Amino acid sequence: MTARKGILGATIFFVLGSIVFGVVYRTMAARPVDASSVEVKIDNFSFTPPSLKVRVGTQITWTNRDDIPHTVVEEEKIFRSKVLDTDEKFAFTPTKPGTYKYYCSIHPKMTAKVVVE
Amino acid sequence: MPQRNNEILFDHNHDGIDRRGFLKCMAWAGTGALCVLQGGVLKSYSLSDASHQHAAGELSFVQISDSHMGFNKPANPDVVSTLQAAVTKINALPVAPEFMLHTGDITHLSKPGEFDQVQQILQSAKPKEVFFVPGEHDVLEDDGQQYRERFGKNTKGAGWYSFDKKGVHFVGLVNVMNLKAGGMGSLGAEQLEWLEGDVKHLTKSTPVVVFAHMPLWNIYPDWGWGTDDSAQALSYLKPFGSVTVLNGHIHQTMQKVEGNVTFHTAASTAFPQPHPGEGPSAGPMKVPAEQLRALLGVTDVNYTRGERALAVIDSTLE
Repeated sequence: MTARKGILGATIFFVLGSIVFGVVYRTMAARPVDASSVEVKIDNFSFTPPSLKVRVGTQITWTNRDDIPHTVVEEEKIFRSKVLDTDEKFAFTPTKPGTYKYYCSIHPKMTAKVVVE
Repeated sequence: MPQRNNEILFDHNHDGIDRRGFLKCMAWAGTGALCVLQGGVLKSYSLSDASHQHAAGELSFVQISDSHMGFNKPANPDVVSTLQAAVTKINALPVAPEFMLHTGDITHLSKPGEFDQVQQILQSAKPKEVFFVPGEHDVLEDDGQQYRERFGKNTKGAGWYSFDKKGVHFVGLVNVMNLKAGGMGSLGAEQLEWLEGDVKHLTKSTPVVVFAHMPLWNIYPDWGWGTDDSAQALSYLKPFGSVTVLNGHIHQTMQKVEGNVTFHTAASTAFPQPHPGEGPSAGPMKVPAEQLRALLGVTDVNYTRGERALAVIDSTLE
């Protein structure tokens, strides 16, 4: 009897827990990345992720993993890296909310954006 | 199989341009033939023909491109040696070229030492006069200031200029400045205005050679292989009977004929890049070491007075 109750209790706990987890996970996907710092990878002439959502105050670090140099230049020049060779990094921490579109000034077809909340 | 000294004559449009023959010739190019367009008549030559029977004519010059001095990744860890091999190739040409054009990406990171090294290596080339235009890798961080200090004498704006050699008018254009997000190469209003004035008073029979780093025709916009405002530039060249456009940037040879304009891109002396769309990106393409030099090269150009078009001949380093 006790064993069955135990199993029942565990099952209920597991099911409820899954539901709660699922709800929390789904809502989290629509919210900005919840971390103090996030990474953007530069490789194969692209920025990954091409669209990033973060909170004000989150440090964003771009790392160039390509075998060609690139830059990170915001269209209104709000942030601008020097030339990044392979494995070099650039960091920026937004202080104001908004949508920041940026690109590589050497290879301007490489475009991406950061949405800051 | 390519045939020697074979003339092809299909001139259905009666404009002296042999389009069908040209396409046939280009198909042979992959097997080691070269196509020489002279006065509207195509001749094909086997590249294994060591004597390189081209018409030396009155003017002979060489185009090199994309030396990327400072690049040291696996696609080519030794760009110094391959540039030196290009100079050796140039010095072995049966007709010594009078001068050289370098269509940009001279350096990889715009560093002073990189510029120095290229200039030093080119000193051992027989043609002492070299005309440059910058690539996007030559104008990093300083808007091209260093580039212009070295190569910008008598140029205007970002470094554009023109000069004449033996009746041929040469125009060096800069299309790598102030590139806009999502765009390709860019000439800009000031340079276009200058170009219009520069060619306006030339007689229309003057052969014109335009050289610039990024292609002046849209080879592959997805990879930025083109120039956003080149159509306007080309409109100023439309009245001329012979226009040759020489570009770099794409690290492979490619050619297109449109009316009186022959567009041609040169191979790099540093590393090859994939064909349009073949691969994840436009970047350096790694090949087995023994194949590298067959994908790098120089371009020899010859002009004979009275011939409408210039003969453009590509050679690989090996």
